[in-house]
Order: sequence, then C-alpha cells, then structure tokens
Amino acid sequence: MADAKVIPFDDDRSRGNRRRAKAESAPAGEVQPLPLRGAAAREDDSGDDPVTPPAASGGQAPVRSLAGDDGGGEDGAGDGSLERRVAAGLSFLRRRLTGDYEVDDFGFDAELTDQVLMSLLRPVYEKYFRVEVKGVENIPAEGGALIVANHSGTLPLDGLMMQVAVHDHHPADRHLRLLAADLVFVLPVVNELARKLGHTLACAEDAERLLAQGELVGVMPEGFKGIGKPFGERYKLQRFGRGGFVSTALRQGAPIVPCSIVGAEEIYPMIGNSKTLARLLGFPYFPLTPTFPWLGPLGAVPLPTKWTIQFGEPIPTDGYAPEAAEDPVLMFNLTDQVREQIQHTLYKLLVQRRSVFF
Amino acid sequence: MGKVVLVTGVARQLGGRFVRRVQRDPDVERVVGVDAVAPEHHLGGADFVQADIRQSAIGRVLAETRADTVVHLDVTGTPLGSGSRTSVKETNVIGTMQLLGACQKSPTVRRLVVKSSTNVYGSAPRDPAVCTETTAPKSLPSGGFAKDAVEVEGYVRGFARRRPDVSVTVLRFANILGPAADTPLASYLGLPVLPTVFGYDPRLQFVHEDDVIEVLRVCSHEPRRGTLNSGTFNIAGDGVLLLSQCSRRLGRPTVPLMLPAVTWAGSLVRTLGMTDFSPEQIRLLTHGRVVDTTQMRETLGFRPAYSTAGAFADFARGRGAGLLPPEALAGAVDRIAELSRRGSGHLPTQSAN
Repeated sequence: MADAKVIPFDDDRSRGNRRRAKAESAPAGEVQPLPLRGAAAREDDSGDDPVTPPAASGGQAPVRSLAGDDGGGEDGAGDGSLERRVAAGLSFLRRRLTGDYEVDDFGFDAELTDQVLMSLLRPVYEKYFRVEVKGVENIPAEGGALIVANHSGTLPLDGLMMQVAVHDHHPADRHLRLLAADLVFVLPVVNELARKLGHTLACAEDAERLLAQGELVGVMPEGFKGIGKPFGERYKLQRFGRGGFVSTALRQGAPIVPCSIVGAEEIYPMIGNSKTLARLLGFPYFPLTPTFPWLGPLGAVPLPTKWTIQFGEPIPTDGYAPEAAEDPVLMFNLTDQVREQIQHTLYKLLVQRRSVFF
Repeated sequence: MGKVVLVTGVARQLGGRFVRRVQRDPDVERVVGVDAVAPEHHLGGADFVQADIRQSAIGRVLAETRADTVVHLDVTGTPLGSGSRTSVKETNVIGTMQLLGACQKSPTVRRLVVKSSTNVYGSAPRDPAVCTETTAPKSLPSGGFAKDAVEVEGYVRGFARRRPDVSVTVLRFANILGPAADTPLASYLGLPVLPTVFGYDPRLQFVHEDDVIEVLRVCSHEPRRGTLNSGTFNIAGDGVLLLSQCSRRLGRPTVPLMLPAVTWAGSLVRTLGMTDFSPEQIRLLTHGRVVDTTQMRETLGFRPAYSTAGAFADFARGRGAGLLPPEALAGAVDRIAELSRRGSGHLPTQSAN
C-alpha cells in the first residue's frame, strides 16, 4: 500500500492486464470488458500486499514473461495461440453439445464452472468490486476445511466473490463448495446455477459428506439474519445460528478458517424492509434501498464498493475427543471464538479502509 | 435339500428375467412364479401359479410349495397392460399385506426380499443432496407409487419385528434402465422431444436391469462371508447424470416449460391415458434425487457392473438415434474446427484415420 508510487510501471501493467484478460477469456468466448486505466491503477496501488499472489493484480514478473511470449513470434505466435484457443473452445463446445462431461453427486459441474461461470463472475470480482484478498495461505492446500464467513449485502454476492477469491488465488486451485439457504434451491434457474457452481443445501448431512470427501466448504452461519440486516447494523455480526457448523467440523476433524468480508455491506444499503411484500413473495425479507425498487431494475445494480476478503488463521478441530461434537459448552465456546475472530478482523479491516469506494 | 424360491410379479419383464436367472443357481431346487396374469414370456423351467396376491389364496400357494425364500417384485408403479391406478395401488399395498400375512403363518419362510424404490425419499428442494438409508424425507410422498412404496416398507418393517427369525431385505432401487426397461422414466426418455421444467436441471441416478437381477440374486441366498444381506439398501449405479446430459446423450431436444404448465400438461396427458406422467414423476424431473450407496458396497458387498452413465448408455443404444444425434453434432463441430484450421492458413494436422 505504501508502494503506491510504482507509477512508471503503470502503463506496462495495464497493458499486461489486458493481455491476461484476453488469454483467460478465450475458452468461454465471453466478452470481457477492457480494464479502465483508472481501475487498473487503483488495483495496483492496493495490490502490492505481499500475500496477494501475482495473478491477482499484475505483479511484474508474470507480465514481463507474458509479454516475452507474445513478443517472440509477433503475429505468427498470436495466430497460433488464437488457433489453440479456437480449438480449445470448439472441443469444449463439442463436449457440452454431446453431454460428454461429468458432474459429481451434488451436481457440481467443474468444467462449466471453470470455463464459463467463473469467467462471468471474474469481471465483477476484479473490475467492479476490485476485491483484495489477504491470508489465502491460511486455507489448507488439501483435505477438508470449513471456511466460515460473515454474510451481508442483501443478495448473497459475498459468497460468490469468496468462491472466486479462493479459486483464483489459492495455489492449489481449490473449489469452494458453498452451503446455501433452501430458498436458493426452490427458485428456478438460481438452483440450477447454484448446483452447477458446486453449492449445496446448508444441512449437516451435505456439509459432512463434502468435508469427508476432502472438499473445501464455505458457510455463512448468520444466514438470512446477516444478509438481510438493516444498513444501520452493518458489520455487526448476528448470532451464528445454533453453531451446527462447529459440530460438523468437529465430527470430521476439519479445521475452521474464519473469513471476514469487508465491502459487501454497502452494495445495497438496506434502509427498509417491506414485510408485506416479503410475505407475499415468500422471501425472508424484501429490501428497500435508496434506489430499489424505486428505479426499477436499474435500482438493483449494486454500488461499486471496494472489497477486502481476509482469511484468518485456521482453528484446528482434530485435537478433541470424538464425543466433543455433542458437548454444547465446547460447541458454544468454539462458535464464540470463531465469531470473535471474524468480528475482530472486520473492525481491523474497517479501520484500515480509506473509503467505502476506493 | 435345495431351496424353494417363490417370486411374485413374474408377468413383468424383470420378474421373468429374475426367475430364469435364479433357477440356474446350483442350490435352488425349485422356483415358483406367481402373478395374477399369465406371463407372455417363458419362465424357463419354473412353475407358474396363477394367483392374485390380493387374495388369501397366496397363503395356500406358500404352504403347498413350502417356499423358504420369498422374492416380492410385485411392487410397481405402472399397470401391466390395461389396468387402472387403483388396481396397481391395491396390488402394491393389499397384495403386500396378504403376502406378509401368509409369510407370517408359514413355518418354512426363512428369507424375504422386497423390491422398493428410492421414490420413498421423495424429491424436494429442502432434502439433503444425497440421501442415505436413514434419511427421513422432509416431505413424505403425497400419493402415487412413492406413497405405495412407503406403505409397503412400513408393513415390511412390521413383519420383520413380528418374525425376527426371517431375514428381511428391502432394496430401494434407483430408476431402472436397460434395453427392455418399461418404467415411466424410460417411456419419458423415449419421447422425441423431452419436456423439461424451466430453470431446473435434476440430478438422476440409474441402475441397470442386469444389476437389479444380480443384486436380487445376492439377497435371495445366504450372505457371503463378511457381508450382511438383511436390512434396507439403496441400489444405484455410481455417479450422477443431469437431465440435460441425458437429453444430449440421447440426442433428443428439450422444451423447457414453466412448472405450472408442466403440471397442467402432465394431468392432461394422464387424463388422456397416453403415458404415466404422475406428479411424483414431475417432482423427480424438477428436483432430482441422488442416493448414497455406501451400504450397498460395504455391507451388502455388491458392486454394480454398470455405472449410472453406463446403464444410461446401454439404454440409449437400445433406443436408436434422436432428432439431434450426438454423433452428428460432434461431427458438425469437428467440421467447423477443420474449417477454422484451414482458414488460419496452417497445414491441417493429418490424423491417422
């Protein structure tokens, strides 16, 4: 952050970003917006955190090497990579059209997630919310682990951004398997996408099964209480359910990684809640923000806040006796410990934050 | 002295195949097939007794044949030939009650195998993604075959309590597929254009007919060393297929319809009697269902020869090409790839064939 004076490289970097964006977007064939110079510069001045891997925000070395690759053969090499990308895209299309791909028992479609859905979320993640990730090394490289995060923002965009953060920044390219509310699996389209992204219902059975398979599971124990709280209560953690996530982690001996997300609270400042409409539509709350529903669909565009996602030190759970999962006192203690740690990190990040939008 | 196996529901393909298969087992002395109607297929050397299991006559059959193993396959979702839903339900529920009553009085019965279905778990968005044998469904099936299966299992549990000396096995089969399958799902997948529910892509699991026969055979004999074949087991092939994958692999286009429209169309089709498109079928095709098969593999010691995808591929081979055969689509994509290679001015790489 103090290294914001790397202005001489700025030109180089934004070009590098553009090339990288091009290279990544190829297989899915989706349109990726060109990075604004301003955005790139902003990204850079926060991107020099030692924790952030180079892929996140244009470290020097990868840009140089990319430039070197392209520079070597000039147009010829450019054609070659285009050809490769077209070939990769067509073979992807071929597999999709003939149904020749695999999904796991939960309906997780790894190929679709990697090639299409992640590429759709990435611009939102990189360009819109400019997410800064810290402490990604706290996530184990293998084996089951439970990431517990705060929940906010009226719509569960924070979960999706956390998934992108883990997928793009973790050296082992791990997929985060989120536990979602039952409402997600009732709604058409949403449930289909959620299943394909690897999400599943937030219940002990599914969480345990995923942890037993050695998956990385993400949970937001505040649930609707967290996501649907009024703007005035932002960054105040709600009750962590009944602490079911702790007993699940204890039973599987999976470490708990606390995660604090700053920035999601302000995307839809919820100033009111229309209980009547919520009841009518069967939703747990119906948000009224300064723009929604007054401006119609335009009001549903989130505010472009600057986000920080910090993964904390893992809390080991394998040192307890097998019957510990049934011990309510231990469960409440551990739940409180996780909650305190997330709340503490939230306050720390809020103090460090310069402004909501930058 | 060999075993005497009594099999119900032999007029159906599956029952017939099982009877023919189990006769070849060395320790089986005699196989008695029972059904209300005479089977159209041959039963090998098995005896056929025409008896309606809804009547108490089944008790006499059981006493006369001195059967020691009863395999109850007459728990089905579709009527055989022209039958109404009411008669199917009666056969399922009353038939099971009569059969269990007869078994309870019989001093010779040692083993009872009942065909059930994973329908007992229902299909609901609030259920866990993978059901184990102990999962209690959030919403019990409200009607149709699923409810029959739940009730049948209830009576079987009662029987197991009253006759602890009889080894009772309940096999919950996932959707049975195979070249000759005549289940509602198979006839649905045989439609030229598949109506689907908009915004939902259900996860489906299949089990191949051959595996069904094999697991029934495993359960109707003494358990092998280190395994246990009494209890309740989910039987399904490994892996999962999405309905969208199924339609693409079959080469049949889908027509997504809104859920209310599907429900309405389903009841219309049912009224016209064209196909059995029951509400539970619609729920399955909306929310899907996946069961855990750890018990099948570890306790029962049975490994299906076909995975879900394998069973489906075998079914698809027997069905012929759809409107959009996957081979044609793959060929089209390959041609585009070929064109793009030529267009880029590079020499196309020659393949071996």
